[in-house]
Amino acid sequence: MIILVVFIVMALILIAAAIYSIMHRDLLFAVMGTGIVSLILSLFFYLLQAPDVALTEAAIGIALTTIIFIITIRNTSRDEDEIIDKENEKL
Amino acid sequence: MKKVFIIILLALIGYFLVDTVYNIPFGENRIGSIESDHPTVAGYYLSNTVEKSRVANVITAIVVNYRGLDTLGEVTVLFLATTGIASILYRRKEEEEDVERLSLPSSMLIRTGARVLFPIIALLGIYVFIHGHLTPGGGFQGGTIVATGFLLMLISYKGFNTNHNIMTWIESIAGLSFILIGVWGLISDNTFLGNIPEIGKLNSLLSGGLIPIIYIAVGFKVAVELTGILDILLKIKPNK
Amino acid sequence: MMQEEFNEIFVKYHEIITLGVYGTSIALMLIGLYAVLMKKNLVKIVIGLSIFDAGIHLLFVGIGYIKGGTAPIFSPGYENAANRMVDPVPQALVLTAIVIGFAVTSVALSLIIRLYKHHNTAKIDQIKSLKW
Repeated sequence: MIILVVFIVMALILIAAAIYSIMHRDLLFAVMGTGIVSLILSLFFYLLQAPDVALTEAAIGIALTTIIFIITIRNTSRDEDEIIDKENEKL
Repeated sequence: MKKVFIIILLALIGYFLVDTVYNIPFGENRIGSIESDHPTVAGYYLSNTVEKSRVANVITAIVVNYRGLDTLGEVTVLFLATTGIASILYRRKEEEEDVERLSLPSSMLIRTGARVLFPIIALLGIYVFIHGHLTPGGGFQGGTIVATGFLLMLISYKGFNTNHNIMTWIESIAGLSFILIGVWGLISDNTFLGNIPEIGKLNSLLSGGLIPIIYIAVGFKVAVELTGILDILLKIKPNK
Repeated sequence: MMQEEFNEIFVKYHEIITLGVYGTSIALMLIGLYAVLMKKNLVKIVIGLSIFDAGIHLLFVGIGYIKGGTAPIFSPGYENAANRMVDPVPQALVLTAIVIGFAVTSVALSLIIRLYKHHNTAKIDQIKSLKW
């Protein structure tokens, strides 16, 4: 019975994290949302009797994808709607 | 106007997806009986892994032995991605001297912890890809774990540098040994990437013929490539 | 022990678990597609592609599940369990797909860094209006 409740809660967290990740304006929080989607997905793969796929998704999706997104955000803008002027000044 | 149009399009795609998935009942047995005369593909793989390949992990036997050519394609895609990133973010020759890596001042806790944790993480990664044919794991998972250990050291210490020459040599030798094992299978057994039949007993470390050797080569190659990608990305100068 | 509990719950509440696995994967696909079509920032579009990939992988592994099945590994003591294992072919396919998805994401992000250095902006409607 507890497993059923855990299952439903994990599915709801997955969809909520995905919606939060594309709706938020600050890009750093959106990247954290992608990391949470990968983490819960790896638990889903374990429940569906696939341990190899769970290990691969946990290793690649949580550690490496988050760090390359953060390096990209550092070299571009952090805010989503950044408007530049004609003389290359940021408003 | 554009938003309404896109929402109608997404609803249409969602309806067709639900209509397709509705006819696939969840959890039904689609493999069929294993000992019949005409087994399905999955039934053939499940019933012949123990006798012919002597490997305990069925997924390792599928990825390396039965579908080895797809693994060769995947290793090629990773190699092309590394080359592509290195050539997109190139630096001119006069900027080559004063390039420095991103490093923020780290406290005593991070420095001590990173120095203690790095050999343990590397040992775990090497264990995962050496025992890829007995437990869940394999070349790609173990290589990623080793690259995460290198990332921890690269962020914490300013003076930790990876040697480009040694990494290039390790990657080239690992990639070449994959192809040479395949060509040796072509010469001796008349199939590319053919396996030595029936060596060792099940669930011991030296079983499975050439399968652990291929996975060790893939593990080293993936670890070195991912460390190279992270090293290139951490050395970009921001535009401000 | 978690496998037996999951199997008995699966027998009793068949509808909820079907809706859970298939519905979550289709919802993830639609959310990712909305982000690709509607957003203007380039990094948001790549985040949407990554979420779309996650939905596809969940659908594949969910199709390969068999009621009452166990993981496809011949551990010591389970050497004759070949006729109650789950389908191993979709799992081998998803393993390759995850690695290739990561490679495509990393090349796309390096292109975005290069584009930002040239045009000094990361939104696609601003890039269309600046001429070389």
